[in-house]
Amino acid sequence: MNFALFLGCTIPARLSQYESSSRAVLGKLGVGLYDIEEFNCCGYPLRNLSFKTFVLSSARNLALAQKEDLNVMALCKCCYGSLRKVDHLMKENAPLREEINTTLEREGLRYEGGIEVRHLLSVLYHQVGIESIREKMERAYEGLKIATHYGCHVLRPSQVVQFDDPVAPSIFDQLVEVTGAESVDWATKLECCGAPAWGINDDLSMDLTQKKLKDGRQSGADYLCAACPYCHIQFDTVQGAILSQRGTDHRLPSILYPQLLGLAMDIDGEVLGLEMNQVPIDGIGGFLSNERSAVSNQLSAGSEETDSG
Amino acid sequence: MFLSIALSVALAIFGIGLVYKISAWFRYTVGIDAQGIPPSARVSAALRGILLTAFGAEILTLLRVFFLDVILQIRVLREDALRWLMHICIYGGFMLLLLMHALDGLVTSRLFPDYFSTLNPFMFLRDLFGALVIVGLAIALYRRFILKVPRLMSNAMDHYAIIIVAVIMISGIVLEGTKIASYSSYREMVEEYSGLEDEGELRSLEAYWVEKYGVVSPNLTGPFDAETLEQGREFHEMSCGECHSRPQWAFTGYGVTRIMGSAALWFDRAGMPAILWYIHILACLVGLAYLPFSKMFHIVASPVSLLVNAVMDKEKSAPANIATRQAMELDACTHCGTCTLRCSVGIAFEEIHNVNILPSEKIASLKALAADQQLSERELRIIQEGVYLCTNCYRCTVACPVGINLQDLWFTVREALLQKGYPEFLVLSPLSFYRGLMREDLVNADYSRPLTRAREAIVAHCDLMKSRDKALPLTPTDRGFQGGLSLSAQANTFSVCFGCETCTTVCPVVGNYDNPKEVLGLLPHQIMHACGLGVRDLAYGSNMLWDCITCYQCQEQCPQGVCVTDVLYELKNLAINNVKEKLSQ
Repeated sequence: MNFALFLGCTIPARLSQYESSSRAVLGKLGVGLYDIEEFNCCGYPLRNLSFKTFVLSSARNLALAQKEDLNVMALCKCCYGSLRKVDHLMKENAPLREEINTTLEREGLRYEGGIEVRHLLSVLYHQVGIESIREKMERAYEGLKIATHYGCHVLRPSQVVQFDDPVAPSIFDQLVEVTGAESVDWATKLECCGAPAWGINDDLSMDLTQKKLKDGRQSGADYLCAACPYCHIQFDTVQGAILSQRGTDHRLPSILYPQLLGLAMDIDGEVLGLEMNQVPIDGIGGFLSNERSAVSNQLSAGSEETDSG
Repeated sequence: MFLSIALSVALAIFGIGLVYKISAWFRYTVGIDAQGIPPSARVSAALRGILLTAFGAEILTLLRVFFLDVILQIRVLREDALRWLMHICIYGGFMLLLLMHALDGLVTSRLFPDYFSTLNPFMFLRDLFGALVIVGLAIALYRRFILKVPRLMSNAMDHYAIIIVAVIMISGIVLEGTKIASYSSYREMVEEYSGLEDEGELRSLEAYWVEKYGVVSPNLTGPFDAETLEQGREFHEMSCGECHSRPQWAFTGYGVTRIMGSAALWFDRAGMPAILWYIHILACLVGLAYLPFSKMFHIVASPVSLLVNAVMDKEKSAPANIATRQAMELDACTHCGTCTLRCSVGIAFEEIHNVNILPSEKIASLKALAADQQLSERELRIIQEGVYLCTNCYRCTVACPVGINLQDLWFTVREALLQKGYPEFLVLSPLSFYRGLMREDLVNADYSRPLTRAREAIVAHCDLMKSRDKALPLTPTDRGFQGGLSLSAQANTFSVCFGCETCTTVCPVVGNYDNPKEVLGLLPHQIMHACGLGVRDLAYGSNMLWDCITCYQCQEQCPQGVCVTDVLYELKNLAINNVKEKLSQ
């Protein structure tokens, strides 16, 4: 189970705790990660300006992965969506493929298709498997309610991204529930976090985020859970701006999924970067049971429920 | 006489240049944060900062950085071992030559009273250091011209730097080679030091020097009999041996002697040693005089950048010092291209041929801006686009071997450019996410204006948007428009839209407004319809395009399989290109 880890631009620069917590969790689960230094931007931010630049950017990454004969795991959902989209285009659109490859060949690269692009969550669910994750649980959450935020670019367009059922997805919820936490149903679970409008139309962006925070709060969730740097920064840093500028009381901290999982695996909080979140998540430890026996009891009860469901 | 006059002139130009360039660090304004801070405030802030650092605990950090990063250049090694080898060879070899050879009167002969340039170890070391520089130069040429590093650009300054060092080195080595072989030099030395007058004795000494010291004589060629050589050796040891090691130790120069063979005689008669001496000295002096104005000024600025960046903290430092630091950093750039190699969006240059996308090339534009050169609107817009086309990933900053905080430079220059008022359409892309996060740092800037200006510039070229209340003519405003929606195979799916409005109903942006048409212009289903009708202006001119969050709800839910989001993406490309074309006309 080896992957080329695709970090993208945002994580190393602004959300290093997502990288460190993902590496720690995946390391415990036996997933091998390789770093390809030459990886570039996935092209997502450039798609508004130039479709070709967008395709070329992702195609170069795919070609680099192909050269190393490694499938790609993205942590960012926008990177994931872009890489999947371009992989799809490069397979379907022969003239485009030729044009892009002509450019890539100038630096000795070429992409013909054949690289699997996966997201962290799909690797955890499909490659590692819920049962293997359960075996690594050291502690379990009790009474913790989590509002999962799927993120648009893993769900849609479903024909291209093929992550989960676009209307009733469950991968993320199952991954949350293996930690003992409860994944609540909430109204805007599958809606946009608001990040794509941030910096372009801040009012719109804050409206969308605020709506999600409000819905999440109403569902009784203690935390939002995200697995994408844009979504998380939106729920974290931008939530801070919303709280201070708009004076709302829809405070709902966001935890990154590998942080949530890592704590239940007894990974050090410093490695998980718990302190680095802007809207503090230090209350999360209070939901963790300390005894392993309690964990296994609860987990087996949990698995029975899942089986019968 | 010539030497002292030329040296004085070169030193004077060098000194004036140094003062001029260093004063520019306090005079030049880079970006928006530096605006409004007078040079006097910057000088006093710098002096205060230097004093506080020199007598504080940070002096240890400075010593560590000086040793590891300035002397050993560990940051270069970490990036690329070949480039480190290249630079260590050139800089190490050249510095040692400067100290031991060029400044032998000031340095070497004081440290070593027995110093003679023709005696070992000095003679051998001179050639060894020279050979190091030659090896470094060869790697530099290989890297720039043979090894095709993608998007590594070489400019006139890079060529000049390689040429001036090459001329100094090659003229030096060839000078040494011709002097070894020079019969006239040999004759001068014999007359001055040997005291021999007997024809036979002179002959045997000459034979010995032809045989062992590489002199090319017009009278004698080997082989010589053992007796003559033995006699020559005795005279040699009496008069010459004390000051002359075997020339084979000067292996590069001696190599030249051997290659020249008997042609050396001709060179000697033509006065080549003297000509080469002038070339060598002049090249050194030209290099010295031009140094402050060339890329070689990095010898001064790069160590300063490394040291300053090691102790300066963006949060704590005085804005005046940051302004000075940023002006200095522009000089510290060696145009090595590491930043461009690591740049996340460097690949975009293959499609969008704007060199300002590449960080190493942006520096030149930043220098022009800082020097307040008169740039045309077109030039400014090109720089602005290049500076905005950046994901703010910090990879350039992390990689920079001389520690320049490139990311901060881009950010502050970007804002200064945006405030000039030329529309930048990339502000309407997710590249603006970072700008949104940095909003509170933009105290000197009008945050919203660039965003509205870009939208206004697009609408200004959509005539139909101006006649909103009237009935619109349904003849296509642009026949090529529908056909142009073909970048991705999915984009022409708009034609099967039957106007059910599902896309608009599920759109979270539409749902956010009580009166969405007023805010967004055309709604998604109307835009699809406008595409079907070929009414380009309406499709380009709607706010909906730029407020679309690309969540793909519309596309996912469409019962007809219209790829609504992809069509919107494509319209954004076309709308921007449309305006850019018109602006560049």
